[in-house]
Amino acid sequence: MVGLNKSEFKNPVVNWIDTRLPIFTMMQNEYGAFPTPKNFNYLWNFGALAMINLMIMMVTGVFLAMNYQPNATLAFDSVQHIMRDVNYGWLLRYVHQNGASMFFIVVFVHIFRNMYYGSYKNPRELLWIFGVVLLLLMMATSFMGYVLPWGQMSYWGATVITNLFSAFPVVGDPIVTWLWGGFSVDNPTLNRFFSLHYLLPFVIFGVTFLHVVALHITGSNNPLGIDVKSPQDTLPFHPYYTVKDSVGLCVYLLVFAIFVFFWPNLLGDPNNFIPANPLQTPADIVPEWYFLPFYAILRSVPNKLGGVCLMFGSIAVLFVLPWLDTSPVRSARFRPIFRKLIWLWIVSVGVLGVCGANKPEGIWVVLSRVGTAYYFLHFLVILPILGKLERPLPLPESISRPVIGGGPLPGGAAAKPMEKV
Amino acid sequence: MRTLRSIFTGRSIFTGRSIFTGRSVFTGAALLAGAALLVSASPARAQEGVEPPSREWSFQSIFGTYDLAAVQRGFQVYSEVCSNCHSMNQMYYRNLSEIGLTQEQIKAVAAAVQVPAGLNDQGEPVQGPGTPASRFRAPFANETAARAANAGALPPDLSLIVNARQYGPNYIFGLLTGYADAPADIKMQEGMNYNKYFPGHQIAMPQPLNEGQITYADGTANNLDQEARDVTTFLAWVANPEMVERKKIGARIALFLILMTGITYAVKRKVWADVHH
Repeated sequence: MVGLNKSEFKNPVVNWIDTRLPIFTMMQNEYGAFPTPKNFNYLWNFGALAMINLMIMMVTGVFLAMNYQPNATLAFDSVQHIMRDVNYGWLLRYVHQNGASMFFIVVFVHIFRNMYYGSYKNPRELLWIFGVVLLLLMMATSFMGYVLPWGQMSYWGATVITNLFSAFPVVGDPIVTWLWGGFSVDNPTLNRFFSLHYLLPFVIFGVTFLHVVALHITGSNNPLGIDVKSPQDTLPFHPYYTVKDSVGLCVYLLVFAIFVFFWPNLLGDPNNFIPANPLQTPADIVPEWYFLPFYAILRSVPNKLGGVCLMFGSIAVLFVLPWLDTSPVRSARFRPIFRKLIWLWIVSVGVLGVCGANKPEGIWVVLSRVGTAYYFLHFLVILPILGKLERPLPLPESISRPVIGGGPLPGGAAAKPMEKV
Repeated sequence: MRTLRSIFTGRSIFTGRSIFTGRSVFTGAALLAGAALLVSASPARAQEGVEPPSREWSFQSIFGTYDLAAVQRGFQVYSEVCSNCHSMNQMYYRNLSEIGLTQEQIKAVAAAVQVPAGLNDQGEPVQGPGTPASRFRAPFANETAARAANAGALPPDLSLIVNARQYGPNYIFGLLTGYADAPADIKMQEGMNYNKYFPGHQIAMPQPLNEGQITYADGTANNLDQEARDVTTFLAWVANPEMVERKKIGARIALFLILMTGITYAVKRKVWADVHH
């Protein structure tokens, strides 16, 4: 592909740059004219929202890091210094803290949309796998971020989670010592977690780039789950989806703002307002809400190694989901049984979340076992068999066809002037 | 095989499209979100201790602010009673301007206490009168000294106590007013006091506030309920001093975003007007 780009931009400066480095042409192709299925619903906002959320986290994080001290004796007080003495430090910190929860809300919805509309299926398997990698990176990043304020739950959460690795025979204990940089969670642990917490978002950014490139090769799925057949089925990304994403963005920011300004600590734990104390274990060690279902899976097995394997397995199984689901039909709209069973799976995740928040006693043990069993049953048994037995509803011929009065579309790539509408 | 197949296609059970039409994904999501909110709002997280009665606090509602007169009275209670054993390390005397004290008053308050003032020319640590830039005076030099003076118990720092306890201000108020004679069936440990709301019911701190203990300058009734209310309000402000400004900014931002959502949605409708989808 050696040779100058024949730029069509009028502006001489833009044209000069674009001839030598066609980033303007690329943006025009990928975000301007990019042909996008015209039948997206608002669930298709959440990928863009996740991208924006990542930006918010990186910007607030950089400014927080200017005022934070990654040292076991100073960390807790430095967070309070940010909250009390740094100009609008409370705003930075609450945005970053609640931004983590918002990020998981957005990403969970994004994943659910993928599962409901079968977006992970051929040819988007690699796109999906990048997505699962992003989920894992997010979990690692948020876990290490939660350790940084060095409160009681930071400290004991770090202790519990890092100790999981000790379940592996022979190599377990050396791994844990290596992770800690000592023989307990202490200052070296805090230092390396801070370093990695700053590093991983950039890794997330890189993988997100691959995720988006892969998306722009395959094109987006859509609520009908059928392929784009003709230009009639698509709209240029701009202005149609830039404006539709903007609507979602406003609502997302509203929800975000309500958390930050009115209930900033709703999703937090009171114990994390107590400085870390290695000599005093809190009555309950509970992870952040977004880890609760996985925490419940971990505790549903009486054997530690078994629990750890199941917990990692609950994410690992997502990597092979495109091959476990044997149905050639993507969208749940045309899969009458799947459309109900996917909700049952969501319920099992919800039940696991509640179990994770409660002490593993009595009914919660039973429920978390049932939930765990169904979580895996869905992926390992139901999806492979269902694809072979379920009789899907007839698929529409094209995206344009099922629409009443769906005649030819308003022309090509250019946006229409508003006055004409 | 055929029967199995008919079970999986589910024709007999789920006929037609029923409620599961195209929009079902949103209905389902809304229901789940509601359930999740219910779960997170209820005190599902098991913790020992008795739930204290819920009380009205001026600062808890969505646009609620601090009753500054109560905060000032609470500061008096803290200064006269709590501060004898409890530190408040996140606070500086200068912060008192936020609850309505003048610079002169703050200087006077700070100058009345002795705080660490660096080293003398022999290199020995010395004490000196506080300034507005001083941290609140800590009653003990360190944890060991605090424990030694309190029969082994450590009085916790009060800077964040309202945030650091389940049930927040209700718990603090409950604790301060929850002292009682131990029921006959509970065997109290040496030097411990019975409290209705303290987890485990045995607390090292003796009842700190009593009827008529504080003499308020503004003549407010000094019953136990009032004293406990005032100091709880003060502690709530100490834990979240940014709250009033935060809610004020939040209200503006929320209004702006609601407006913005409406405008953006209108633009979206207009852009999409001639698309059949």
